[in-house]
Amino acid sequence: MNAPLHLWLIPLLPFAGFLLNGILGRGLPKWLVTTVALLAPLAAFGVVLNAAAGFFGFGPATGSLPYIETCPIPWIDAGVLHVNFSFVLDELSLVMLLVVTGVGFLIHVYSVGYMGDEEGYARYFSYLNLFLFFMTVLVLAGNALVMFVGWEGVGLASYLLIGFYFNKKSAADAGKKAFIVNRIGDFSFLIGMFLLLANFGTLTFSEIAAKLGMDPGWQGGVVTVIALCLMLGAAGKSAQLPLYIWLPDAMEGPTPVSALIHAATMVTAGVYMIARTHVLFDHSPFALGVVAVVGAATAVFAATIALVQTDIKRVLAYSTISQLGYMFLACGVAAYSAAIFHLVTHAFFKALLFLAAGAVIHAIGGEQDLRKMGGLWKKLPVTFAVTTAGVLAIGGFFPFAGFFSKDAILYAAFLQGPGGKALWFVGLVTALLTSFYMFRLWYLAFLGKPRGESEHPHATPWSMQGPLVILALLSIGGGWIGMERFGSFLAPAVGARTAEGGSAQLELILSIVAVAVALAGWFVADLMYRQQPARAEELAAAYPGGYRMLAHKYYVDEIYGAVVVKPLLGISRYVLEWVVDIGLIGGTAWLLAGIATLTGTILQRWQSGNLRSYAAWLAAGAAALLLFVLVPWDAVLASLTAIHLGIAGH
Amino acid sequence: MNSLLAQEVPLSWYLLLSAALFALGVVGFLIKRNLITVFMSIELMLNAVNLSFVTFAHQWHAVKGQIFVFFVMMVAAAEAAVGLAIIIAVFRARATLAVDRIDLMKL
Amino acid sequence: MHLILFMVFAGFCLAGAINLLLQSHPISSALSLIVVMTSLAVLYLLLGAEFLAAAQVIVYAGAIMVLFTFVVMLLNAGREERTMGSGVARLVGFPAVVAILATIATVILQAQGLGSAGLKDGITSTEELSTVLFTKLLLPFEVTSVLILIAILGAVALARHGDGERTAGK
Repeated sequence: MNAPLHLWLIPLLPFAGFLLNGILGRGLPKWLVTTVALLAPLAAFGVVLNAAAGFFGFGPATGSLPYIETCPIPWIDAGVLHVNFSFVLDELSLVMLLVVTGVGFLIHVYSVGYMGDEEGYARYFSYLNLFLFFMTVLVLAGNALVMFVGWEGVGLASYLLIGFYFNKKSAADAGKKAFIVNRIGDFSFLIGMFLLLANFGTLTFSEIAAKLGMDPGWQGGVVTVIALCLMLGAAGKSAQLPLYIWLPDAMEGPTPVSALIHAATMVTAGVYMIARTHVLFDHSPFALGVVAVVGAATAVFAATIALVQTDIKRVLAYSTISQLGYMFLACGVAAYSAAIFHLVTHAFFKALLFLAAGAVIHAIGGEQDLRKMGGLWKKLPVTFAVTTAGVLAIGGFFPFAGFFSKDAILYAAFLQGPGGKALWFVGLVTALLTSFYMFRLWYLAFLGKPRGESEHPHATPWSMQGPLVILALLSIGGGWIGMERFGSFLAPAVGARTAEGGSAQLELILSIVAVAVALAGWFVADLMYRQQPARAEELAAAYPGGYRMLAHKYYVDEIYGAVVVKPLLGISRYVLEWVVDIGLIGGTAWLLAGIATLTGTILQRWQSGNLRSYAAWLAAGAAALLLFVLVPWDAVLASLTAIHLGIAGH
Repeated sequence: MNSLLAQEVPLSWYLLLSAALFALGVVGFLIKRNLITVFMSIELMLNAVNLSFVTFAHQWHAVKGQIFVFFVMMVAAAEAAVGLAIIIAVFRARATLAVDRIDLMKL
Repeated sequence: MHLILFMVFAGFCLAGAINLLLQSHPISSALSLIVVMTSLAVLYLLLGAEFLAAAQVIVYAGAIMVLFTFVVMLLNAGREERTMGSGVARLVGFPAVVAILATIATVILQAQGLGSAGLKDGITSTEELSTVLFTKLLLPFEVTSVLILIAILGAVALARHGDGERTAGK
């Protein structure tokens, strides 16, 4: 018999942390706030480990996955719609939960050091716990509606945390932008849910999978539409084209927030959602193709922008978008396990890179411009070491974590026919660019002569260094489980697509090509930023138009502003405000009032005060009454019609 | 001679007379310019109605018709008393009995 | 006989009513009204209502019209002044009167089952009247006396010299 796992504790503990710190946090001493804030994710992580241990054979046997927990209180029971609060723990959600709670806990610890001097310390941790609550709900959800609750919730937490420094206008605007762009994706998700409900009658993932499996008639058509709607929702959350514009702006938030939400967990929710509903995508090759193309395009697009960014966090943000593109590409070629594998390794090294960047920023007093850094390898040795590990991991060098996951994706893409080979090539180009800009960051920030104001950098507290080291170790060894074992582990949850035409040799050749490309990128970066630092500016000066376009992120924000935002605002101000609000509604009110006043003015003349006219109207009224009662009107009307007909007849 | 003396009057004539008196009362109410004269036209209307009541009492041999006339007379008397008192009060306030000049109820 | 009496006194009624309309001095109108009232008393008698005939003369002609005359004299009401007429009264009122008269006349003339009155018809005795009045209709009778009491009080209150009139007189 299954020992109960109490999955509901996983979201509940962070929620309790949120409530405590949120309501009472201001009055509590700092050590208490910290304890509550750290205890929540740690306890959640503990529950997850307990569940994991049960399935891997350690501890009491808890039966087999998937493990479903449903709240006994029904949620929605209205006509066709029956939805319950149900949590499902299967291989996929288990992996995700380990990442979310594990990396989440590390980032909480890091935040203790990073945000130690900030005002709003308790508020920060309550928001962070709130985020964890919603994220775990999203991951554990057994049906689309519970997932949507988590989906929206993480969007809310993201907004709160991006706009954490709410006194800064840019931060507040960034929060708004993130939320609004996410709404577009959410709307698409909602449409997808409606279509699911209309066609399958249920929102529970397992039931939908069962229905799709039973009837082979489900191909293309409505399944494609649903899949595309879901994909658009995922694109909003995971910052893919065309809804990626919020992620770079989201760097206004504190760096640990960028690490947790905009690198490791929230932005991966889109990929997770696609993996969860993979059955739908499997039945629609067109949707899969769209996902793959969008992913590949985003990957290379974002990588090109990252080449010329000067803010350290912006580089990492575009890098995140690019890596998410890889994950989408993997989903698009139905290699869901590879996507999740890359999700996990990316969580490790991207969180590491962000936290390291945070350590750098914290150490040099808030400076984020790469052009003003340099020569920090001596002053921040630990940070330098871990950053090196992260850069090597993201570059895809053997034997670091990124190598295994990225290669799995490129290999799966290559096997998908001619289109797949094109995607593989795009992925390869992106790998080149990734390696280049990451090493560029490495050189600019740590090596070379110090270009910034050379004040003595702050020491990094152990609360920040600890998680850095742990994440570095994970970045190094996180991929050693290997794609095969990982894929077979996840297979019950996401299916396993046997690749045709594959062989171990092809895989080896492709891996070597990828590593060679990454080395080439390193070499060029070395050339431009260490050996001949002036080359970078010369190159930029040689192609001013291209450089400007990249530096301005292809002017996408400006285009959106002109095409979408301005017209909407114009319509609101001029059409809705003037025409509808003032004109129609105000006009109607004015008209009604005018009619009433006019009627009053006309009828007022009747009240003349003249007794005789009153008497006359009395007499008229009496006459009317008498006529009405005494005259047989039907007979009169009948005789009148008879007369009329008689006259007409003649 | 006998037939002439013994001739009966159809009751409809009484009723027509009553209607005529009533109409004359209304006309007086409309065209007279002195407040007291207007009030007298009202009394004329009441009397016309009394006549028709008595006529119908005769038609159906109902005593109640005549008793109603009795009550009408009582009420008319009370009304005349109070109405004339009001006219006196109005005269004291406005120093005129012309109907057209008493238009305090004008909006 | 009945017919002749009817014709004569009906003629008096109509003549008095028309005279009331034509006279310009209120006292002349009052005297015409007295003529109408007494003629009506005779008509009541012709219809067999002896008590009512007496009451008509005593109450209406003898009390109410006297009251009217007193008020005319008290207020020194003179000939009617020429004031601006009311166009509405003529435009709306006269057609209304004509309509009322025409409707009622039509109904009366088309009514069936109306009898006729003659000298040989009996007279309702006062005893008959009072039997019904003081037994079945006792309550309305008592209420009427209360009404008259109220009227007296009202008339006294309204017509006396109060502070209001003093200030209005200024």
